[in-house]
Amino acid sequence: MNIPRLTDTTLRDGDHAISHSYTPQQVQAIVKDLDEAGVPVIEVSHGSGLNGSTIQQGFSKHSELELIKVAVQTAKNAKIASLFVPGIGTSEELKQAAEIGISIIRIAVHCTEADVTEQYFRLAKELGLETVGFLMMSHTQPASVLVEQAKLMESYGADCVYVVDSAGALVQSGVRERVSALKEALSIEVGFHAHNNLGLAIGNTLTALECGADQIDGTLRGLGAGAGNAQTEVLVAVLNKMKIETGINLAILMDAAEEKVAPLMQSPIVIDRDNLSSGYAGVYNSFLLHVKHAAEKFGVGVAEIMEELGKRQTIAGQEDWIIDVAVELASKKGIKV
Amino acid sequence: MYKILKNDGNMELALVAGIDPKSEGLARAREKGIATSHCGIDEILEDSEIKIVFDATSAKAHQLNAPKLKEHGKFAVDMTPAAVGPFVVPTVNLHEHLEETNVNLISCGGQATTPLVHAVNRVVPVYYAEVIATAASLSIGPGTRQNVDEFVRTTASAVQQIGGAKIARAIPVFNPAQPPINMTNSVYAVIKEEFDESAVIESVESIANEISKYVPGYRLKGTPIVDYRETPWGRLPTVVIMNEVVGAGDFFPTYAGNLDIMTASAYQVGDVYAAHLLSVKEGAR
Repeated sequence: MNIPRLTDTTLRDGDHAISHSYTPQQVQAIVKDLDEAGVPVIEVSHGSGLNGSTIQQGFSKHSELELIKVAVQTAKNAKIASLFVPGIGTSEELKQAAEIGISIIRIAVHCTEADVTEQYFRLAKELGLETVGFLMMSHTQPASVLVEQAKLMESYGADCVYVVDSAGALVQSGVRERVSALKEALSIEVGFHAHNNLGLAIGNTLTALECGADQIDGTLRGLGAGAGNAQTEVLVAVLNKMKIETGINLAILMDAAEEKVAPLMQSPIVIDRDNLSSGYAGVYNSFLLHVKHAAEKFGVGVAEIMEELGKRQTIAGQEDWIIDVAVELASKKGIKV
Repeated sequence: MYKILKNDGNMELALVAGIDPKSEGLARAREKGIATSHCGIDEILEDSEIKIVFDATSAKAHQLNAPKLKEHGKFAVDMTPAAVGPFVVPTVNLHEHLEETNVNLISCGGQATTPLVHAVNRVVPVYYAEVIATAASLSIGPGTRQNVDEFVRTTASAVQQIGGAKIARAIPVFNPAQPPINMTNSVYAVIKEEFDESAVIESVESIANEISKYVPGYRLKGTPIVDYRETPWGRLPTVVIMNEVVGAGDFFPTYAGNLDIMTASAYQVGDVYAAHLLSVKEGAR
């Protein structure tokens, strides 16, 4: 089995779970530990990518560029990555992040829309960045479509393409089909990003490795959108047991997860009804807190909003539809909004 | 083309020009008995009877076309993101720009959302506005896909200029759902002072009504609501307006409301300008 490259995205995916409230001090402390532990890549940005501080996605409490700067200054060996979603971010923010000193940009789009990434892959390459393509909501499309889209990204200059299970809706056979197909069709690396809505984040990541995945993601204590991700420290422990030598120090990660990350959580990340219904309906994980807000405001249930959002085939970036759905459900019940 | 042929307005369709003699669009025009040219802009410039030109090429091409059109005394309705002339939205500022030689239609999302921001702003100042323009993937052409930055910049800038918001963001979403979704837009308008909610709602409903006179499929999805949101400026009331645009189905499928609102707005601009030209002529007699 490959020795995978591990990207910790506590400081990006986890940003959703704490309502975009990271402080420079928190970023510094977490980056320091991840770097000391030997995690090779650390992702830092708004949860929805560069320039994601909006009403739609949630405003950041602190300037994202400042947080990235702290990360770049703190990391001695780890590379700093940021997420970039075309339309939320523009070339301007990509250039700013490159100037601050990120090494990797992960360009994310819904998994049928790869052709909007061309200008950004080309720019990222001009800026000397390593590039990763993120095919979000990969559960919605069969392997053949993902291959087609991944090949577009490869042609634009991606160094790696990820199968991203944004909704935590894939089971192991689905991961196997998709990752294997990409491995076969591409000459660049392939990655896998998991969410834990069905309790499969670690299991699916291992399946991806069995299928040849070169890069995998995790978050400390699973701190990520919705049901969270594969736990970085658990992944490392499991890989150690499997005799896959990542060279990452488990003890430092366990301490960081327990002492630095767990205290940040608004509540423990577990597979409760909200997260299970979200994953089961195939809904983008970062919708969770927005759905809770709407459910409370309009007097309807989280699970029923999730179900309807799934039926409407919503994708990343469509938080505005949550209100539309909640209002419709409320008026069907005769609740006055 | 289909809108001019369908409506009995102030314009006559004289010529459809393209650059490819075998293009589908030119073939359709010929089928309808309309004169065509595949020599780009040249034949348009030669015809002194043509007063109004709809340019649906690309930003780059329009930058080249604009000075030529001006020189030949044509009124250019720019449907590209070139933005050579001022932004216009028929319900907001068209009458201020009838003496211009070139006006720009912003973007589909801009035509749909900037008047809604304007409607709030005319009642109470909008400090920050954010618009989300969601369209079916199938209705988004390669031009937009290769230059998302341009859509974002142009639309956000129009949310400030036309809408009146002090700070603005615009975010496009391309959704591939099957069957395809209608164009939907959301506007968040953050307000920093106390205001009369019902006056805002009334203003928004009234402008939506006016828009639906030239874009028949334009409607609000429900009554605008006021939600309190955490913002960098504190916890503030935010007017949330949701809108849907169903296309007329003249040529594009009905889900492509984003394309329909551009052609319908262009038609409206052309028609009002034509009426203006005719009245000036009448007045001169």
